[in-house]
Amino acid sequence: MLGFLERPVVVTADINLNVVALTAVGLLSRLWQLAYPRAVVFDEVYYGQYISFYMKRIFFLDGSGPPFGHMLLALGGYLGGFDGNFLWNRIGAEYSSNVPVWSLRLLPALTGALLVPMAYQILLELGFSHCAATGAALLILIENALITQARLMLLESVLIFFNLLAVLSYLKFANSQKQRPFSLRWWFWLTLTGMACSCAVGVKYVGVFTYLLVLAVAGVHAWHLIGDRTLSHVRVLCHLLARAAALLVVPALMYLLFFYVHLTLVCRSGPHDQIMSSAFQASLEGGLARITQGQPLEVAYGSQVTLKNVFGKPVPCWLHSHQSTYPMIYENGRGSSHQQQVTCYPFKDVNNWWIVKDPGRHPLVVSNPPRPVRHGDIVQLVHGMTTRFLNTHDVAAPLSPHSQEVSCYVDYNISMPSQNLWRLDIVNRESDTEVWKTILSEVRLVHVNTSAVLKLSGAHLPDWGFRQLEVVGEKLSRGYHESMVWNVEEHRYGKSQEQKERELELHSPAQMDVSRNLSFMARFLELQWRMLTVKSDDSEHKYSSSPLDWVTLDTSIAYWLHPRTSAQIHLLGNIVIWASAGLATAVYALLFFWYLLRRRRCIRDLPEGCWLRWVLAGALCAGGWAVNYLPFFLMEKTLFLYHYLPALTFQILLLPVVLQHVADHLCRSPLLRSVFGSLVVAWYSCACHVFNTLRPLTYGDRSLSPGELRALRWKDTWDILIRKY
Amino acid sequence: VTLLSFATRFHRLDEPPHICWDETHFGKMGSYYINRTFFFDVHPPLGKMLIGLAGYLSGYDGTFLFQKPGDKYEHHNYMGMRGFCAFLGSLLVPFAYLTVLELSRSLPAALLSAALLTFDTGCLTLSQYILLDPILMFFIMAAMLSMVKYNSCADRPFSAPWWFWLSLTGINLAGALGVKFVGLFIILQVGWNTISDLWHLFGDLSLSVVTVGKHLTARVLCLIVLPLTLYTATYAVHFMVLNKSGPGDGFFSSAFQARLSGNNLHNASIPEHLAYGSVITVKNLRMAIGYLHSHRHLYPEGIGARQQQVTTYLHKDYNNLWIIKKHNTNADPLDPSFPVEFVRHGDIIRLEHKETSRNLHSHYHEAPLTRKHYQVTGYGINGTGDSNDFWRIEVVNRKFGNRIKVLRSRIRLIHLVTGCVLGSSGKVLPKWGWEQLEVTCTPYLKETLNSIWNVEDHINPKLPNISLDVLHPTFPEILLESHMVMIRGNNGLKPKDNEFTSKPWHWPINYQGLRFSGINDTDFRVYLLGNPVVWWLNLLSIVLYVLLGSIIAIAVQRGAHLPAEVEGLSQVLLQGGGQLLLGWMLHYFPFFLMGRILYFHHYFPAMLFSSMLTGILWDTVLQLCAWSLASPFLARGMYAAGLLSLLLGTAYSFYLFHPLAYGMVGPLAQDPRSPMAGLRWLESWDF
Repeated sequence: MLGFLERPVVVTADINLNVVALTAVGLLSRLWQLAYPRAVVFDEVYYGQYISFYMKRIFFLDGSGPPFGHMLLALGGYLGGFDGNFLWNRIGAEYSSNVPVWSLRLLPALTGALLVPMAYQILLELGFSHCAATGAALLILIENALITQARLMLLESVLIFFNLLAVLSYLKFANSQKQRPFSLRWWFWLTLTGMACSCAVGVKYVGVFTYLLVLAVAGVHAWHLIGDRTLSHVRVLCHLLARAAALLVVPALMYLLFFYVHLTLVCRSGPHDQIMSSAFQASLEGGLARITQGQPLEVAYGSQVTLKNVFGKPVPCWLHSHQSTYPMIYENGRGSSHQQQVTCYPFKDVNNWWIVKDPGRHPLVVSNPPRPVRHGDIVQLVHGMTTRFLNTHDVAAPLSPHSQEVSCYVDYNISMPSQNLWRLDIVNRESDTEVWKTILSEVRLVHVNTSAVLKLSGAHLPDWGFRQLEVVGEKLSRGYHESMVWNVEEHRYGKSQEQKERELELHSPAQMDVSRNLSFMARFLELQWRMLTVKSDDSEHKYSSSPLDWVTLDTSIAYWLHPRTSAQIHLLGNIVIWASAGLATAVYALLFFWYLLRRRRCIRDLPEGCWLRWVLAGALCAGGWAVNYLPFFLMEKTLFLYHYLPALTFQILLLPVVLQHVADHLCRSPLLRSVFGSLVVAWYSCACHVFNTLRPLTYGDRSLSPGELRALRWKDTWDILIRKY
Repeated sequence: VTLLSFATRFHRLDEPPHICWDETHFGKMGSYYINRTFFFDVHPPLGKMLIGLAGYLSGYDGTFLFQKPGDKYEHHNYMGMRGFCAFLGSLLVPFAYLTVLELSRSLPAALLSAALLTFDTGCLTLSQYILLDPILMFFIMAAMLSMVKYNSCADRPFSAPWWFWLSLTGINLAGALGVKFVGLFIILQVGWNTISDLWHLFGDLSLSVVTVGKHLTARVLCLIVLPLTLYTATYAVHFMVLNKSGPGDGFFSSAFQARLSGNNLHNASIPEHLAYGSVITVKNLRMAIGYLHSHRHLYPEGIGARQQQVTTYLHKDYNNLWIIKKHNTNADPLDPSFPVEFVRHGDIIRLEHKETSRNLHSHYHEAPLTRKHYQVTGYGINGTGDSNDFWRIEVVNRKFGNRIKVLRSRIRLIHLVTGCVLGSSGKVLPKWGWEQLEVTCTPYLKETLNSIWNVEDHINPKLPNISLDVLHPTFPEILLESHMVMIRGNNGLKPKDNEFTSKPWHWPINYQGLRFSGINDTDFRVYLLGNPVVWWLNLLSIVLYVLLGSIIAIAVQRGAHLPAEVEGLSQVLLQGGGQLLLGWMLHYFPFFLMGRILYFHHYFPAMLFSSMLTGILWDTVLQLCAWSLASPFLARGMYAAGLLSLLLGTAYSFYLFHPLAYGMVGPLAQDPRSPMAGLRWLESWDF
């Protein structure tokens, strides 16, 4: 018990100076003059606005990725004391003094710097020599594109960091599996693998590909484990459960946690509210919540309501009517009923108010006690300002001739009877007698006579309809679609029987007292769904490129240009590394298939351990390259050169693997080996030279003359900016 | 089995005597073959060619118009084409029977699979009309069957049956790909099977490398060279038969059109070099974009400047005509007193729209759909506009000062003031633009086909006409071009936002069918919907199969010793079932990645595989249950009872749901008097 008295407490530290040195140069290369330039560089303009939203705690919606990456960037701003007051509108705009540029850029730069020692570690864990491992780290160190990307407020280097962390910790875990399973170290690396994977996915969706790769490798290892007959059944089960928990459950929980923190942080209403459902908006501070706070929950006969379309595309809008009627004859010669128009209007307006009426009773006020409306009830909807009834009939709609026209009924005495009864169908009901609830209930209005469903067609009416959106009765309802679903947004109990009083009442803001909250899971699911389905407007950019251009570095991106001199930051890769990494992948693939075919004929060129190492290195590095590159061919979004960087990092890791393999196994004589060694050194100094030549474009610190810039334009497709004086 | 299948498929084949659903397309295309007019479709030609052939042989004369679903056939002979499709559709059942028999060596499993398909209302409906699907499914199943047959000949390599089945597989692959591009999935399956087969042979050290090489060559020959040849041959026939100009011309390049008799480029003679005053049409070089077009309609308010629309249009029309004028003079260059002046590379020109006399114009307003580009309009009155009407005409890859050749020069039009390039974004304008394609001026000077044009028609009375024999594209060129156009066409079929569309996850649960004919209660209604009993059984079987399969696989991996009988059963389950599961996955999952609009009937090839899997699975499960019972009598009884109940269950459900396929008249299903009363088990079935 008192053992520490008998024996001294000994701490043995095992410091690998290689790692220390690599970390130091990595930090130096990434952090050097980090706050320069003090201006918005390229996509900082995009991420910056979200940082500001976090600082002001305003809700936003960004379809490009989950919130973890944005939150990490915002953390830098928080630590630097950023107040969020900066207008992110133009690339090249000078930062005002309240923007802590250095701390905002610090986190990506740190992760970028750590890639260098991590590359070293990964190669060691894969079972390759220190020499190869150092080579991998040095290659990452002098890759210009990685440096440029890491020194700015961008997410790629964070993503790559978590990708490599996942691979590294999985390798550490797999190696400790051989020694002591279920030890502390084993658990640590296993859990870290899962966490790194979910962080990678949390930064950008493309992180999911690395996650799948790690899962696949883990799956193969687990399959071998199942086949290991020296282990008992129980022990195998424990192994499998531990892996499932760490690699499936932990990442899922972490992912939820990101959203939880995100939603806790951004709790105020903001410019992106409109895209979300009414219920979601009501859960944010300010905005809709201020209006709906204190509304009665249950819609009753006599309630005054505004009805919002749940689908809300092309724009969110409310059911609307106004004095104008449909034109007698449309431009294309078809006729209409000439009754009052019913549209969907994207702005708040007094004409959006409707009164729910019981067809059997006359009054338009809520009785005491209120009689709630339930699923399946027949109702009439009366337009508040004009007191006309919502109606549909067998007349073709103005822009969608296959559907019925919806109008507010005007009696012209022309034997066209009013058909204004609607059956209420609550879509998200839990029981068949559920009450129609404000905000929460999603309802379909089914016409009683024709069983048409009230629907937003999405088309804009022409001038006579004031460019509002068309509302139709869909006869052939081919299934559930959100454009047919509506929810009550604003709601109050009507009190005034007289039309004049009622108009006054409609103009006054609604106010009463009940509050409601949405559960976290409901908010998470809605936010995630909207993030995945929100469409970006346009898909063209001056510097966009196609995946085919990336491998050969046939494209570049101008990030920033000094306002006066021609100092500039330009995303360009180290062409030597780029080309040799591509070559290494091809060599690897060829050698792999060659060995594989020969093994099948029982000719073993490599000893078994060496072969397994070779396969694992290929699965992770070449596989990592493939899964991070090939899916881009199927994507329809705008692509840029920087999307290739995660794949490139894996490819660079493969380079020393192939080189060492060639040196060890293909160079048979010592002479050949030393020739090969000197070639590698020459090649590396060549890469260093390229790095040095492109350095002014990477750091943007030195203004080059037009002649020098022109000399740097090694490929016609590189758009290096050259000022004309 | 075959007789029953034929009986169900040919029963009431002539009803309804009007066009149902997509018959309007494929029947029409069949007629095009008979009339030899050129058309364009997103699918490869073989299926429609066979329909046309069937029609031709059965005496259909190709005069029926096939305008819209519901049109009566009247005296036209449509039975030949329907009968042909039904014949192929009926063969699916015996094919499934044979395939399962070969895979499982169990008669009851084969019978069960055959019964599932025979009694499936969906397969039945789809086989009864003039559609591509029965033809496609026929080739897919035939390829699968011959692949399985040839696998079982593996112990006698290079024997006659081996060669026969191998080459038959190749032929059927060509057929499947030639009907629809979905045929690619069965090719993947056969490819996978072949690779694993070769891998197996390669690992067999008793075979010499030369023998393995022979195996490889035989497969390359039969499974790659043969199908490719046949596939190309179908195109050769397609181009040979369709030699008259028709509705599909505008989708293709000028050179392509010159082949078609009746087209104005066929044997045409037009002036060779462009001169001022020429009346021309300008065609985008990107396929399926069309001609530069303008018409007397303005851009609506709020969308750029309110000037005349400029679009691209796929069809030939007098609104496609433009006049080339000099930028600085409005004098009529056709005045005989002026000498002919040729347009040269680098000249500044003005393009005047012939019908409306407005100039092609661009300015710093955003384009209607592509917000980062500039709007292109028609501007000016009687040819008098402003400096925004000036364009520099450039020929790609030529020297300045050269003349510009009709048809052959690839030209770019660069707007002088803004420096942008005239192009088409390929996006469809909304209703106000008559769903023609957007034309923009793009400030990004990247060289894409979207911004390269050629001059197609050229009228200039002052110039001598020359004959254009230069335009004779070679066969590989037209083959490539028609594929590009088809791919573009397929990508163009995008669903609209506010419409309900069928999603792949709807399909296996039989969520919603397709209405083939009739809506109201007085109409003759046919509704494509799978027999829910069959489909839900299939769904259950897939889940069960995955469970059972993984249990067995893990048991084997753990080294459990299985009794000999179970060993044999699990071999059938893992190998035979595995192939079918792979087929199901290959024919189903890729649809999740497709951006184009999808329909329920896309699931049917996958459904064939899953029905066969169901047959094998239940046979195995019943045998395993029977094996675990002690007494042999009880075991046999329980096996037979299980099998019979499955067979009778499907037959009875077919009896219940048969009005869907054979058609029904009477009130809708909500009504108790309807033939389908009480059978609307899901809200989403709208019959």
